[in-house]
Amino acid sequence: MSERRANIIPHIDWFAIGIYLMIALIGWLNIYSADYKTAHPGILDFSQRYGKQFIWIITGFIMAFFIMVSEASFFSVFSYLLYGTTIFALIAVRFIGKDIAGSHSWFKIGQIGIQPAELGIFAINLGLAKYLSNEKKAADVKKIRLVAAGMVLFPMLLIVLQNETGVAITYTAFIFVLYREGLSGNILLGGFMLIALFILALVGNKIVLSIVLTGLALAAFLIFTRRKIKDLSRVGAILGLCLAIVFGTNYAFNHLEPHQKKRIQVFLQQNVNNSKEGYNLHQAEIAIASGGLWGKGFLQGTQAKLNYVPAHATDFIYVTPAEEWGFIGATFIIILYFTLIIRLIFLAERQRSPFSRIYGYGVASIFFIHVAINIGMNLGLMPVIGIPLPFISYGGSSFWAFTLLLFIFLRLDADRMQILR
Amino acid sequence: MNSLFGDRKYIIGGIFLIACIAFIVRIFYMQVIDETLKLDASNETFRHITQYPPRGCIYDRKGRLLVTNEAAYDILVTPSLVKDIDTNSFCTDLGISKPDFISGIKKATIQNTAYHASVFMKEVTPEIYAVLQEKLYKYHGFTSQIRTVRRYPMKVAPHILGYINEVNKELCARNPNYKEGDYIGVSGIEESYESDLRGTKGVKIMMFDAMNKEVGDYKEGKYDTLPLTGANLTCTIDAELQEYGEQLMQNKAGSIVAIDPETGEILALVSSPFYDPNMMVGSVRAKNYGKLLHDSINVPLFNRALMAMYPPGSTFKTIEALIGQQEGVLNENTAFSCPGAFHLGKISVGCDAAHGTLQLEKAIALSCNTYFCNVFMSIMNNKKYSSTEEAFNSWRRYVTSFGIGIRPDIDLPSALRGSLPTQKYYDKYHGRGHWKGATIISLAIGQGELGVTPLQLANQAAIIGNRGYYFLPHIVKSIGDKPTIKKYATKHFVPIDAKYFDIVADGMCDVVNDGTAAASKIPGIIMCGKTGTAQNPNGRNNSLFIAFASKDHPRIAVSVVIERGGWGAEWAAPIASLMIEKYLNDTIKRKDIEKKMLDGNTIQYLADEKNNQKKKKTKTTEKKVATIKKHKHKNE
Repeated sequence: MSERRANIIPHIDWFAIGIYLMIALIGWLNIYSADYKTAHPGILDFSQRYGKQFIWIITGFIMAFFIMVSEASFFSVFSYLLYGTTIFALIAVRFIGKDIAGSHSWFKIGQIGIQPAELGIFAINLGLAKYLSNEKKAADVKKIRLVAAGMVLFPMLLIVLQNETGVAITYTAFIFVLYREGLSGNILLGGFMLIALFILALVGNKIVLSIVLTGLALAAFLIFTRRKIKDLSRVGAILGLCLAIVFGTNYAFNHLEPHQKKRIQVFLQQNVNNSKEGYNLHQAEIAIASGGLWGKGFLQGTQAKLNYVPAHATDFIYVTPAEEWGFIGATFIIILYFTLIIRLIFLAERQRSPFSRIYGYGVASIFFIHVAINIGMNLGLMPVIGIPLPFISYGGSSFWAFTLLLFIFLRLDADRMQILR
Repeated sequence: MNSLFGDRKYIIGGIFLIACIAFIVRIFYMQVIDETLKLDASNETFRHITQYPPRGCIYDRKGRLLVTNEAAYDILVTPSLVKDIDTNSFCTDLGISKPDFISGIKKATIQNTAYHASVFMKEVTPEIYAVLQEKLYKYHGFTSQIRTVRRYPMKVAPHILGYINEVNKELCARNPNYKEGDYIGVSGIEESYESDLRGTKGVKIMMFDAMNKEVGDYKEGKYDTLPLTGANLTCTIDAELQEYGEQLMQNKAGSIVAIDPETGEILALVSSPFYDPNMMVGSVRAKNYGKLLHDSINVPLFNRALMAMYPPGSTFKTIEALIGQQEGVLNENTAFSCPGAFHLGKISVGCDAAHGTLQLEKAIALSCNTYFCNVFMSIMNNKKYSSTEEAFNSWRRYVTSFGIGIRPDIDLPSALRGSLPTQKYYDKYHGRGHWKGATIISLAIGQGELGVTPLQLANQAAIIGNRGYYFLPHIVKSIGDKPTIKKYATKHFVPIDAKYFDIVADGMCDVVNDGTAAASKIPGIIMCGKTGTAQNPNGRNNSLFIAFASKDHPRIAVSVVIERGGWGAEWAAPIASLMIEKYLNDTIKRKDIEKKMLDGNTIQYLADEKNNQKKKKTKTTEKKVATIKKHKHKNE
């Protein structure tokens, strides 16, 4: 046993762990700065958020340690069980969860809140990886697709029912995993087109849009097809779908929750009042802009610290480094994340086992979607969606969830030599 | 599958890279290129708080404090925070009623919204504040802000010192030195030395959080500027003399101006009726100001010493005597005979008595009208000049050189020029070529169209005392450490040779020794004076006196005007003599005269006259009030 463990250490990817530690440190420093007041100088003041975050980080490290010393095969063997448990928790939380700000998505254990939607994403990832790696030789591709899609969409639906649409959106990360494992690129492309079409329909003139779309369809039919009836009906069907989206957008938009509608309007800069619904974003933008090239210096920020920016330790935590460390610091954080994500893709690609590879892609994609949405909304490039920035946002639940997600993969990666092709 | 879709890692990585680059470009745009959002941050977080410097103090010539600063407290309210307070006890502490309280909060809400602090009550005295302060923490939503208000420990010289008032909006718009709520001097020294007294405001940069709560200095005050205290002024006033003058002038309307002839420094400048300058301070100001402004009988805000215009009467004969000599139509031996009146054609000017034949010195001592009418005729009919007009213009130039008819260049606002008619005026009035010396004979005895202010009269006395020169009368000796302003140290000469002054001084000496003002002789002091009894068409004559002492080494020159006081010797001369005695000897030996003057009441005559006129609605007082008002408008 001890002999084998000793063998693992050189196979651990210390580069990824190094980036992880750096991001966690940056996160803690920024929570400290965001809540810093001269009256509370104690670094380990547990009544303050930075004091609590310190505990979350340390317990996260302990959790990471136990993952690294555990048996790698455990995660593969118990993946379905963990998936099932998560699904069960997602259903159970509807009935016994704490009601926080209109959403039934939290279990309260003493002082600690656990959000299964956030914490359980690693299990969904494990379950999906297990299924796709087992079924790779199966002939029925359609069935595989349906089951895989269902494994993602079902928990998403449960989360939407908990009024945690933001968290549900992060599950779209799995589309990258599915794409990597053979999903048609058209679907990925279609997904992007759909979003683009939705935005264009909300912003632009629907008649002009319809004419352009019809023109494009006609051109596609004439250039890319053999101009048969079959092709015409296919192109016509796609065009019909697009036009349905264009004209159905308003209907769908009007059936969103009021706050969701507002957030989209703020994002699109339509009828925005900067002292009401646009306040958060406007203040975040002001604060980020005030950082300038070099920033105001550590603890010298004003906008976040003085509560102009709401949720400045959680959803809008990115504002603090952008204000205090300027363009240099803000870019450094983005590059750190990008490096970690690319490193994870590199690690995933070197796996012999499809299970590890699929899981690794899942981890990279989940990080990507969180970073992209969170920083994107801070910069006004995304609608405001309340999801955390991995390892930086305040909160035990999210720090543990991301640590769990990452270290299971690093444990699998450390074990890659043990697996025979 | 791995080998099948292996290339897709590049597509996925590419998507991630594009997102990464897009974000960095966006951040670069927001933080480095776009400047519009940056201003917003400092606008909402930093407030530049003005640090008010204490206004400079004012001292008298002997270092006695005349104007100082005292703490007062503005009570501020943030209406949204006013909760669970004991309104009754709060109202009792502040000395207001409950409706006052409610309307005050309403006003604050309208003025500055419920979420911002605005002034609830202005300039609460330290006494009231002392009580309130201990309980202020219980009165949620109320805070205090310290301000300074002016205090006048000696309660003298309100017209000289002036007062300060809040600046109005128009001035704020015009002058970047002022912001709404600032104070500015609007009369007296406070006005004319405003730029020295106000000091320089400092700025403290404070940070405020999103709830508009103050959270402290920005960078420990590294970028703050300190306020610079206004310069202290030392004025030329002798506060003790001023105070004595004010005592003498109680229940009288008129003024006293005392000048040091050797320097032009004004030693005392009393305008009566006066008021306690402390009335124009703090929360009582508005009420008192209205009261003083609308007192149309006494017009206490009217600075008579600089603005009131009186016919100089017989005091003018001294100037007449000097011009006559310089023009060569008069010398000390020139004799005229006085049959009790001056007759020329249809014109006759009465004299107090038939003085018989007399010479210049005696004529001054006895103030003989006949003599000076003859002198005036000699000047007007001088062979030197081809016409009366030419002789008149020459005469007028001499008079002007004494400062009469021109606005004095004094460091107090609102001094007036008096009245000295021009040739043009007479041409218009009588027709060109249709007037002669006899037509304007009233000028000979200081009547007619002639009008002088008490300040001009005092300066006239100083010129005679100095035998032909004067320094511009001024009120401030030094600003901070800087000594007197240069222009006040320059000698101004009148175009009359010094030798002609001695005979006038001799005559003036006789006035006090055995002439018209013999009762005002001061033992041990050789005082020279000249009485004036100026006719007043509305009632009793104005009593005037100019004097300097001592005769050959004058240290003080005085003018006194007592409206409706009657003979010059009756009130003006004794008061002038007491002022001189006080200044030179420091103690008054002639207690009987002093008592008579202190107890005297001449204002009753003025009051009676004004009450009679009120029905007729004469313009004089209204004009005076209008002058004050006009003046205020100019400044505010």
